[in-house]
Amino acid sequence: MNLLRTYILPRILQWALVIFVGISATFLIPRLSPINPVDEMIGRMTAFASIDPHAVVSMRESATALFGLEGTLLEQYGRFWARLFTGDLGVSFGNFPRPVSDIIAAGLPWTIGLLSVAILISWVSGVFLGALAGYFHDRRWAQVLERFVVVVYPIPYLIIAFVLIFVFAWWLKWFPLVGGSRGQPGLTWDYISTLLYFGFLPALSLVIGSTAFRFIMAKSLTTTEIASDYVQYAELAAVPKRKIILFYVARNTMLPQVTDLALSLGALFEGALITEVLFAYPGLGFVLYNAIYNADYNIIMGITLLSIAGIATASLLIDLLYPIFDPRVRLR
Amino acid sequence: MANDVLRATIRDLFRFSLSFRFGSIILVIVGILLLLSFFSPFESDDRRVVPRNKPPSQEFILGTTGNGQDGFWLLTFAIRNTLMVSGLAVLIGRSIAVMVGMITGYLGGKTDRVISSIVDSIIVIPRLPLLILIAAIMQGEMTVLSLALLLGILDWAHPSKRYRAMILSLREREFTHTAIFSGMNAVKVVVQEHLPFLIPLLLADAVAGFLWAIGMEVTLSVLGLSDLTTPSIGTLIFWGNYHHALLRRRVWILAAPIAASVLMVVGFYLVSLSLSEYLDPRTRLSRLTVGEQIDGGKAG
Repeated sequence: MNLLRTYILPRILQWALVIFVGISATFLIPRLSPINPVDEMIGRMTAFASIDPHAVVSMRESATALFGLEGTLLEQYGRFWARLFTGDLGVSFGNFPRPVSDIIAAGLPWTIGLLSVAILISWVSGVFLGALAGYFHDRRWAQVLERFVVVVYPIPYLIIAFVLIFVFAWWLKWFPLVGGSRGQPGLTWDYISTLLYFGFLPALSLVIGSTAFRFIMAKSLTTTEIASDYVQYAELAAVPKRKIILFYVARNTMLPQVTDLALSLGALFEGALITEVLFAYPGLGFVLYNAIYNADYNIIMGITLLSIAGIATASLLIDLLYPIFDPRVRLR
Repeated sequence: MANDVLRATIRDLFRFSLSFRFGSIILVIVGILLLLSFFSPFESDDRRVVPRNKPPSQEFILGTTGNGQDGFWLLTFAIRNTLMVSGLAVLIGRSIAVMVGMITGYLGGKTDRVISSIVDSIIVIPRLPLLILIAAIMQGEMTVLSLALLLGILDWAHPSKRYRAMILSLREREFTHTAIFSGMNAVKVVVQEHLPFLIPLLLADAVAGFLWAIGMEVTLSVLGLSDLTTPSIGTLIFWGNYHHALLRRRVWILAAPIAASVLMVVGFYLVSLSLSEYLDPRTRLSRLTVGEQIDGGKAG
């Protein structure tokens, strides 16, 4: 009961606040900008053809309604929330009249798949490589590995993906340049193997960057951890090194890494969006890219809203699972 | 006096920190490239001044583009513009962060709780989709200045938490009480007494801001959402892609901006790494003992 009041409830409140702030910002920021999307759209439509002025007026009215720009700001804000609660994100301009929620739903599984595989691999390998490199910090291989990581870490996802495309898809031709899969979707080995084949480089580009981040954090956590008494005691008691690293040190460094994973989900998601654009991988990133190209604001808006809600919810779930890993929170 | 301290700090960093040595050398190279842009024989928007699509040679070190621009001089402009955008963004973002950090840290109590929980929410929100949304609406009207402003407005939440923590601890120190009892008002205390303590932290943190801003500049440009007529690292990559540099086997057009971006971020990161290591009291202690041993050795 205490746990509920001191940990779970505040966390859920925080989640609601994130969603409220994020969605309000998404509503407000475009309206603060000096550019009116309706004028932009009509400008584009009338640029190459002369249209009857009456038609332009009625076009403006329907576009204003379509963008939800009727009435005062407060009225717009109210309608905005009402529409969100019914799951209505409007229709796409690029693929008129397909609903935005439809288009996003088609891309979502790809992104979630790519992201979860990349997060799993990078988290586990980052934590363990970091623990190893922190424990054996005076070994040659650990120092070489650390220098490599320090150089890779600051490089943006986009550049990493570019280099991978350049080397493995364009130069060596080991992997395809674009796409997500080939053949008839189904649970056959043929189809799944193409999924792995097409997904390998996009996932790798994400894994490289995020493993580097985890590694740096894991190593510094390990460095403080191995100075503590219990590790020195275990060493004196001749506990096998493998056991010390895996069961004592790495386990203790995992807790802050779980909390941090919740905080870094947003950055990882951004990385996935960019990777998908570069590899033309059929997830949300590629949907977003096409929407930018077609000036399809409703889709861009929909993806922004979904990513805010999605990231906030995912990090809430991680934090709610945290007491399972950490008895100190459970028994507080 | 302050100059001496600075010189001694840089000397220390150079002597003890491998990453500072490499990082500062890289940044000096980037800085030289930036300065060279002022001596370019061509304007940044000159077209067809050299033969088109020539691979790197002695005459054109980085080749030429499809528009007949010299790759090398174009790159110097790109580095200048990218650093200008990110520098401005860092300046704006850190100013907001310092103000928020000071207000929440110094006032404490209810104000602190309310603002802090809003800041915590802002940290979790993914910024790239928001940036794309704004940039897509402003498409065509985006300038170097508005991009910098936009990036700055979105990058203050995380650093403001660090500054808040710093001010919180400073507030409990004796000199703060002395200042308050001697009748100094809150603004003066924070600006005159606390701000100097923030400066080292601010320096290390500004570098981290550069990393983010450079990454976002490149990302938005590659998506075609920045001012595409101004050469920057991102727009060079965008135009390289646009003209299918890879498929036409004109690798140099893309390789130069990519290599430059890697140099820039790695240089900045290495310097920030060494700075934060230097500021860490634990490593400072060990460095002090090492320094004493060296000095002691000399004396003996």
